Amino acid sequence: MDAFASLIHGFGVLADPMNIVYMCIGIVLGVLIGVLPGLGGANGVAILLPLTFSMSPTAAIIMLSSIYWGALFGGAITSILFNIPGEPWSVATTFDGHPMAQQGKADEALTAAFTSSFVGALLAVIVITFVAPLVANFALRFGPAEFFAVQLLTFCSFVGMGRESAFKVLAAMMLGFALAAVGMDSVTGELRMTYGTVELMRGFDFLIAVIGLFGIGEILLTLEEGLSFRGKSTSITMRSVLNTWKRLPKFWATYLRSSAVGCWLGITPGGATPASFMSYGIAHRMSKNRANFGKGEIEGVVAPETAAHAAGTSALLPMLTLGIPGSPTAAVMLGGLLIWGLQPGPMLFIEQKDFVWGLIASMYLSNVVGLIIVLTTVPLFAAILRIPFSIIAPVIVVICCIGAYTVHNAYLDVVIMLCFGVLGYVMKKLGYPLAPLVLALVLGDLAESSFRQSMLVSQGSLSIFWSNWLVGSICALAMLMLFWPLISILIDRLRNGKNRHQGEATSA
Amino acid sequence: MASEHDVMPSSAPGESQTTITTRGMELFLSGFLMVVAGFVMYDSVRVGNGWASDGPEAGYFPFYVGLIMFLASAGTFAVNLLTRKPDLSNFVARSSLVLVLKVLAPTFVYLGVMYFIGIYVASILYIGLFMMWLGKYSLAKTVPIAVLIPLALFWLFEIAFLIPLPKGPLETALGF
Repeated sequence: MDAFASLIHGFGVLADPMNIVYMCIGIVLGVLIGVLPGLGGANGVAILLPLTFSMSPTAAIIMLSSIYWGALFGGAITSILFNIPGEPWSVATTFDGHPMAQQGKADEALTAAFTSSFVGALLAVIVITFVAPLVANFALRFGPAEFFAVQLLTFCSFVGMGRESAFKVLAAMMLGFALAAVGMDSVTGELRMTYGTVELMRGFDFLIAVIGLFGIGEILLTLEEGLSFRGKSTSITMRSVLNTWKRLPKFWATYLRSSAVGCWLGITPGGATPASFMSYGIAHRMSKNRANFGKGEIEGVVAPETAAHAAGTSALLPMLTLGIPGSPTAAVMLGGLLIWGLQPGPMLFIEQKDFVWGLIASMYLSNVVGLIIVLTTVPLFAAILRIPFSIIAPVIVVICCIGAYTVHNAYLDVVIMLCFGVLGYVMKKLGYPLAPLVLALVLGDLAESSFRQSMLVSQGSLSIFWSNWLVGSICALAMLMLFWPLISILIDRLRNGKNRHQGEATSA
Repeated sequence: MASEHDVMPSSAPGESQTTITTRGMELFLSGFLMVVAGFVMYDSVRVGNGWASDGPEAGYFPFYVGLIMFLASAGTFAVNLLTRKPDLSNFVARSSLVLVLKVLAPTFVYLGVMYFIGIYVASILYIGLFMMWLGKYSLAKTVPIAVLIPLALFWLFEIAFLIPLPKGPLETALGF
């Protein structure tokens, strides 16, 4: 078992006490980010990324991933106590979590949510530990054509699996690619789309875009509805934790099912949000207590939380092994890897063993630490949420501005960030998805260079993407995903064609 | 519960809430994206979108990116223009829009001011204005918070992490 030996090596990396300190700081910051509106996992990591430039990459990724785990934990607090999802993936948790809080069972709901998050993450980390080396090993055989095919599949999946209009997904995605192309072309050194300005030579940094789109955009959306936190206060006692833990093992099937859903959607770029909804839906359909769902059923908290955390965690698997992030937050971390000078992809497992296995080992430890921290500090974070929005909002805006400035020490970036905020607000309201935009912005250069390298190999012929069974089947799958909206319309037509004709005949 | 300090959209009774239809906004955004795509394609043609002796030229990839973006946005545009059931619902209620603008306008001013007097003093003014104007706090409650938060940030960035942020005449006078 190579993975075991590597994992033990990874725990050795963690023995550095500073790494543990960074982990704890990360988790506390993450929970804070998770409970505050307008600060989410993706832009929280983006704002803090510049602070890590001086750290070693291992310490930095441990801190940033801990922020991510913390944010995943934190989203549940607001959902249950205030009926306001702190993160999109905890929307499904409000369905049963908040009714439980209203019935005075907030401690039970929170314990169940945190424990489920923990179990989901743990199962996903186990998957990563054993599957990631295999995937990386397999991907060593990949050439540029294969890499481009996998990237193509990732982007086409957004079209096929997204609930938004395919036109909008494509437009948002291409906007990301176009913004990524601004600036100096890495191959020929030519300036693209700078229109003679010096400021645009730097290009659009994805960190600026993420902070604007997710930070400012989210604040504006929240404002529109007006925000006031009126919720239940609670503290968690040891006894209620133990009592809840006694009840949880009987949901083992829900745990396994939700983790499987979460891992699947995390590895394919579905992300934590659809995973939590899907898992809630499946649990609803299969549960014995079906009638109680939506009225405060503990299983309705267990299912989405397990899936969300499993998806969030397993999103790091394709990021590490293939260089393709499974979620916007993972995309920001991938950008971090590139800034620290690490090339994500299969070679990472060979050249940067300390980094990879230190990170994987830290996932085990930080989820244990995270569970303990959230269980003990819920009253504190609930108190933070009682700070009125008119204080929180300007402070978050100030933090976003500082975050945008520190990326390149450029004043113009702050202005661009705010413009992205307005754009994000309008796009979100019109149902344009932001995840493909961010992913395209991060992966733009990588995708372009693998595309151009494969074109060089084939002397400009697209047939290279069908040149062997591996790249061919990935590309075929990608095309299936890309045209899935059309295909599903056709299937619907064929199935309903007869009925519709009858309907039209009677109405006429 | 400090409910009197919550920021909520408020509207006078009888005031019209209509601003712009969702369809109008859809047309505007997809039109805007089509223009952006046009710029992308134009510039890609300028740097060359064909095949040079050493491989694909710099505009090769972005040209197709622009093309797909143009076609996709044109799709959204056409769907909204030609549909028989246009979405004529309100894009944003007037009271909400006012609130959003009340936050956006000071933020743009904040950025402008930041350029001249540095981020810390600008933040004091911004947080203070926000609390007093939108949160209706008294001056006595506003000042400590509006001053302490930028001070804490100053300590964190300039002293603890040694990351320089934009500073103005006040910081210079104090020797930073």
